[in-house]
Amino acid sequence: MLVVETAKQLGAFAVNVSFISESGATVLFGQSGAGKTSVINMIAGLLTPDRGRIVLDDDVLFDSKARVDVPPSRRRIGYVFQEGRLFPHFSVQRNLDYGRWMSGHAFDPAAFRHAVELLDIGHLLDRRPGKLSGGERQRVAVGRALLMRPRLLLLDEPLASLDAARKREILPYLERLRDEAHVPLIYVSHDAAEVRRIATRVVRLEAGVVTETGGVELLDATHADMLA
Amino acid sequence: MFELSPQDWTAVQLSLRVAAVSTVVALPFGIAIATLLARKEFWGKALLDAMVLLPLVLPPVVTGYLLLIVFGRRAPVGAFLADHFGIVFSFRWTGAALACGIMAFPLMVRAIRLSIEAIDTRLEDAAATLGANRVWRFATITLPLALPGIIAGAILAFTRALGEFGATITFVSNIPGETQTISAAIYTLTQVPSGDADALKLVIVSVIISLVALIAAEWLARRATARIHGA
Repeated sequence: MLVVETAKQLGAFAVNVSFISESGATVLFGQSGAGKTSVINMIAGLLTPDRGRIVLDDDVLFDSKARVDVPPSRRRIGYVFQEGRLFPHFSVQRNLDYGRWMSGHAFDPAAFRHAVELLDIGHLLDRRPGKLSGGERQRVAVGRALLMRPRLLLLDEPLASLDAARKREILPYLERLRDEAHVPLIYVSHDAAEVRRIATRVVRLEAGVVTETGGVELLDATHADMLA
Repeated sequence: MFELSPQDWTAVQLSLRVAAVSTVVALPFGIAIATLLARKEFWGKALLDAMVLLPLVLPPVVTGYLLLIVFGRRAPVGAFLADHFGIVFSFRWTGAALACGIMAFPLMVRAIRLSIEAIDTRLEDAAATLGANRVWRFATITLPLALPGIIAGAILAFTRALGEFGATITFVSNIPGETQTISAAIYTLTQVPSGDADALKLVIVSVIISLVALIAAEWLARRATARIHGA
């Protein structure tokens, strides 16, 4: 279970959020500029809140009063970035294995094969990121985050840089991820249609604050005023 | 026939040795300072930046003289190093290496710094989320991606060191076999009427070495860049 209560001033814009996320896929939903990426960057430890608390499974990751701030490398939270951010000087295989390598654990062939099959990237292992299509890159990015055995997986609009056909192609993989990977997801998006299939819970973010939390029905109600 | 006298050949070997040692020793410092200047903000940063740049703008002879009053046999640092570690710079090839290293340092740092600044820090953020602490991020992401710049910086420093003259001759004088590098040897030969032919031979050797170094640098940097971009 993830508890987030943080505030941060970003120039003229203030983020002040409070929400809880349990298993399944929690969608952080809102327009561009609502502060969604800032929130997950705070969860990952890439952005330091001005004040607040972030607790994951009873593990305090950040607490401004107690002066606790666990560095991102020790939070064990996977992050799939909007642009993928694959390491260009490593092959796909080494990219996928990077998290495991950093952890010091032994290589687990079964886990590796499972992730590779889940995302259908087996034929790409020897390639370099520079030679992958957008869709392939994002699947490898998901695989890389998954193979570090995270306690939580953050996805920042992973389909935003893809065209409609690629999105349709990858969504099933993300649904499988939610169902078969046994790790809670926090999925950031501004596209209601895209996340309707994935969301088990929705947290609506507007101008830096949480305005509503609920189930998938939140996406239907607001779909009319949200141009995807 | 193209033959070098023993003295001239010694000058060539000495130059290569001095340039190689100064480059290899300067490299870890160059990488460290370049990383610091590229990535960190701190009080006194402008001062450090200026000091690193200084050997590039000071007259070489002035740099040589400064080396003399700091690292000379009876100077503060020089005496300390000689008494406690047995390292002597005065009138030794080690002094030539120090002079070359200092003169080449700004070029090395600049090339490496540009290369590090060009690295997308978002890749390092991604590495952090995957469990890499600062040291591992530097070793597995920053350094490999900065490699073309590091190679360029090293070769630049090497060729600059090969050509060093003013600071070297002021600091450790012009002793054949010990501190007489190619440049000093050529200079000495041109001061003597009969030395022109030998001077020309050394000039040709110098040009050849520089060309080989530049071609090697270009080739290495291309290979490193290709490897980074997934060829």
